[in-house]
Amino acid sequence: MDIRHWKDLLARRLMFLLCVFVLSLLFCIAWGLYHKASPVLAAGSWQAILFSSDWHPSQGRFGLAGFITGTLWVTGLAVVVAVPLSLLTAIFLAEYCPVRLRDVIKPVMELLAGISPVVYGVWGVLVVVPLVRDHLMPFFSGRFPFFPFASDNYTGFSALAGGLVLAVMVTPFMISLMEEVMRGIPFGVRESSLALGATSWQTTKKVILKKAAPGIVAAVILGLSRAIGETMAVLMVAGCALQGFPRSIFDTTYPLPALIANTYGEMMSVPLYDAAIMLAALILLIITVVFNMAAWGILLHLERRET
Amino acid sequence: MDKRKVEEYIFKVLMLGAVLIVIGSLVFILATILVKGLPTLSWEMITKTPQGGYYMGKGGGILNALLGSLLLGIGATILAAAVALPIVFYLNLYLRRRSRFALAVRFFLDVLWGIPSVVYGAFGFTLMIFFGLQASLLAGMITVALLVLPIMARGMDEVLKMVTFELQEASLALGATRLETAGKVIFRQAFPGILTAVLMAFGRGMSDAAAVLFTAGFTDSLPYSLFKPVATLPLAVFFQLGTPFPEVQSRGYAAALILTAIVFSLSILARLITRGMNKHVIK
Repeated sequence: MDIRHWKDLLARRLMFLLCVFVLSLLFCIAWGLYHKASPVLAAGSWQAILFSSDWHPSQGRFGLAGFITGTLWVTGLAVVVAVPLSLLTAIFLAEYCPVRLRDVIKPVMELLAGISPVVYGVWGVLVVVPLVRDHLMPFFSGRFPFFPFASDNYTGFSALAGGLVLAVMVTPFMISLMEEVMRGIPFGVRESSLALGATSWQTTKKVILKKAAPGIVAAVILGLSRAIGETMAVLMVAGCALQGFPRSIFDTTYPLPALIANTYGEMMSVPLYDAAIMLAALILLIITVVFNMAAWGILLHLERRET
Repeated sequence: MDKRKVEEYIFKVLMLGAVLIVIGSLVFILATILVKGLPTLSWEMITKTPQGGYYMGKGGGILNALLGSLLLGIGATILAAAVALPIVFYLNLYLRRRSRFALAVRFFLDVLWGIPSVVYGAFGFTLMIFFGLQASLLAGMITVALLVLPIMARGMDEVLKMVTFELQEASLALGATRLETAGKVIFRQAFPGILTAVLMAFGRGMSDAAAVLFTAGFTDSLPYSLFKPVATLPLAVFFQLGTPFPEVQSRGYAAALILTAIVFSLSILARLITRGMNKHVIK
């Protein structure tokens, strides 16, 4: 065998090894975090950590429940705002928009999806927080003094501000995924529906949305997992003070990623503190990986069915 | 008017409203950053390092963070490209079209893409402790490389999928090995797209803060060693905003503007490349 084929063989082996590296990376990350988190799991039962909101690192009590519910609270708000907006925009782009307009809107959205999370955070502090403080909070908290609205936090740094910023951040991402799914539906399907006398909205509602439903669900899951992991922007606007379980959208909240990012300076000084933070990262990893596997499973399945 | 038409009309209005809200809020972000950042933007900001008491309103600039971010981004991009390129060539040239192994690698890349950057940061931190490193340029580079690897690899993968199979067959039929085909034919053909993927990953790596918070640290001096902490632009924005002094905060807005400008020019450059560099590409 000559030298060229040896090179080829060597390259093939190396490339294969790199692929194996990618396949193992996820397990490495999970194992590394688990390894670092194990001291805190050994010190107390995992139920006590997951389901208690008793967070006093200096006394060795690491209940993460408050942070987990905080994450869900902010993400939930973001999804409630982002999903209808994304879905309507994606339908418009895929079904109604003239090609020329789409050629303008899509690159702009891609451009904006690349903006740094910190910049979204700056915008949140400058615009969203004052909006919540001066308008939304006095209005809703004054007129509807019950469950999700009653609050005595007048700073504007709140779960709602976090949710709104997150919603703005994940919409371009969800829109492009949803649009791709809808545009992947063969054109003949639309034509058959239109030929039967359906209006274009009826076609969209009863044919396109029905056919695209799994893909749309996947897009929502992916957007959701993006929102769950988003750190800096939320850290800057959500207030990050722990108040037990969320009681109002206008209260401050302290999601998991913000906890991780906020404690990087102090975590080495208290015993087990760093292990608890690594456990928080591990929980975040597990949530996002499960969501992503489900969503990409759906999308890959759709792709393979079509080809 | 018929009920179906009314429904159609209502939803059209809703859709237009949604589009306006989405585009409007994004334009609003840019306008806010521009209006707030432009007045304090000055040469001093990008040509000087922070002087004593910078974070209390004294003179200086953020050259340290600017250079730090560029270096970190370049290093991470090179590292990630060194892993991503072989992988995508392997997936597209060496494996069969419907290979299960290729499917698994793509699936894992997608899942890795979805892992939040703060988790990469925490993992980078455990790696750092494992290898006995302190927060440094090198640790930051490795962490960011892991973060952008899936983005870059999937971007390149999409490009290589587009290269026609005939081109590969023609090269192989002439007696070239797969490696030669990859390096001399497919790479050239896909080069503009590959460069786009690299630039996008670079932008993403530069703009992320959560991954470097643990691993790259922060410093007021210029980056001078792989093993010393390094300042990064997103963190400079974050820290300046965290101070109670309005003049420091407004410099934070200017820093945010610089960061956005860099990311935008990268993205626009990538677009121009895909459009302009198709000279050597066989249609």
